[in-house]
Amino acid sequence: MAEIAIKGVAKRFGGFTALHQVDLSIADQEFMVLLGASGCGKTTLLRIVAGLETPSHGEVWIGGRRVDNLPPRERGIAMVFQNYAVFPHLTVFENIAFGLRMKKLPQQEVEQRVNRTAELMHIEQLLKRYSGQLSGGQRQRVAVARALAMEPDVILMDEPLSNLDALLRLEMRAELKGVLAASKTTTIYVTHDQVEAMSLADRIAVMHQGRIVQAASPVEVYRNPAARFVGSFIGNPPMNFIPATKAANGSWSVAGLTLPGPKSDRQKIEFAIRPEDVDAGSEGLQATVRVIEPLGPHTLVTCDVEGGLFRAILESNASVQVGDHLRLAPKPDRIRWFDPETTNAL
Amino acid sequence: MSAVAEAPIATAADARRAGGWLLVATAILLSVWVLLPIYLLIVNALSSPEQVTAFPKRFFPSFDVGSLSFFINFAGVARALWNSVLVATLTMILSIGFGAPAGYALSRFDFPGKGTFRFMVLMTRAFPLPLLALPLAVMFIRTGLDDTAIGLALVHTTLALPFAVLITFSLFSGIPVELEEAAWTLGCTRLQAFRKVILPLALPGIAASAVFAFTISWNEVFAAAVLTIENRTLTAFLLQSLGESPLYLKFAGGAALVVPALIFIFAVRKYLFAMWGIANR
Repeated sequence: MAEIAIKGVAKRFGGFTALHQVDLSIADQEFMVLLGASGCGKTTLLRIVAGLETPSHGEVWIGGRRVDNLPPRERGIAMVFQNYAVFPHLTVFENIAFGLRMKKLPQQEVEQRVNRTAELMHIEQLLKRYSGQLSGGQRQRVAVARALAMEPDVILMDEPLSNLDALLRLEMRAELKGVLAASKTTTIYVTHDQVEAMSLADRIAVMHQGRIVQAASPVEVYRNPAARFVGSFIGNPPMNFIPATKAANGSWSVAGLTLPGPKSDRQKIEFAIRPEDVDAGSEGLQATVRVIEPLGPHTLVTCDVEGGLFRAILESNASVQVGDHLRLAPKPDRIRWFDPETTNAL
Repeated sequence: MSAVAEAPIATAADARRAGGWLLVATAILLSVWVLLPIYLLIVNALSSPEQVTAFPKRFFPSFDVGSLSFFINFAGVARALWNSVLVATLTMILSIGFGAPAGYALSRFDFPGKGTFRFMVLMTRAFPLPLLALPLAVMFIRTGLDDTAIGLALVHTTLALPFAVLITFSLFSGIPVELEEAAWTLGCTRLQAFRKVILPLALPGIAASAVFAFTISWNEVFAAAVLTIENRTLTAFLLQSLGESPLYLKFAGGAALVVPALIFIFAVRKYLFAMWGIANR
């Protein structure tokens, strides 16, 4: 059992605050992805859990044990680094065996575990090689095997796939998911790639400017963004936002459309909808087509709505021309509203 | 028309060719400037005493080891040689003992005054040794360090230390910190991670830096001449005694000094380039 609790963790580097009072709990065997743009503090948070960075404030608990005063080696973790960090002076076998030898396991067990994890990562034919004789993808496999061989309670991964080329990344992503699910460890995985996050995670913690904005399942994060940032960061293309002004009877007027909306004291709030959640019809938002991008399965149409950009994903057989005036009807159950001041969902 | 059009192109090509020749000529001139004296030194050291004083001069050695063997058996040479090796070895140990940890600290830790520290390390080379020699000699006599191997080694260490710090700094900086961090997460203490991961990777460079410190001490003559009397190092001994010696002995002594230093420097040249950030491996 290795649940992780991060309680009020803050980190300052000189005058710069990398993390503000972060709270996060991760269940045993959960796959948690920390997602955010570079500089949002996700790697710092991971390194604090690993013990490579000391928090300025707060506590870190792993498996019911407070660890923020312990060195990395006493935390029951293993880590996979972005640049692999495979020891160049040791063979692949000795790399995977490194942690086991530090634990002073008997030679027979070391061999057993190395062979088993090497087989799992499909690198059993590389055991006698050195890091310099491996490709990037193979090095990544060695790094993962080295972490798995430790049979840790927690595996921490810092953008492990970002140095691989696109095709290899896709292959490794699926493989990692299978291997980590089978290993029954708790995983924290840092990435800036939303597709990676969506496909791997049990839960995604979206980070922005040193705070966790939302921590929820991938579908929840996608469907019900807790804040404007989440909607604008996740999704390709991201959510559309249009200003809405108060109309009579608690409804809101949005680009020529009057919609029932949330109760709010504000005169102006923001209407939001995902590009795939609109249909072209006779009723809806008034839009002028600017750019048409046929993508095969569907067509991405960039329009002008109320002087702002609006992207809509339409069926590929929709016949639209640049300059057309469209009516885009939002699906009522997919409409979201945001407070422009606090940027939180209403 | 065509001739007019071609003319500027031809001039540009000429200029480039002339520039190329100039570069080659300069390179040859500088090489000869450095290599010719060494070559003549070796030719004469390997010639018999008669050949050295004879005229015209020979440009090929006769491989007569008479001068060299006479030099080796010359009274005091063996002792001076031993002193040189002793002082240089002590210098090597001290400079790496102090320099490598300093280089490691500079590459791995951020501390206030880091930039100033690096600058000051270099600035130690700005003090001319002759300026310091007299006060040093007085101080050494007072503390009883004068005329001892360890005393001279301390002075040589000050000379060698900046290089040891800078070479090891660039060496450790070239080793990704993630390797160390990976070792920590795999069960190592800071010291174990250094011993099992960083040291094996840095060892060739540290050895090179050690050899360089050895060579600095081996070649140093001023402090050696001022601070030692009985326990002369080879350089100080040669300075003192070869002034009145016959020509062939001077050549033999010179060769005995120059050749080991040359071999050492040649062996570690790639790490010396690394010190200036040209290439690390």
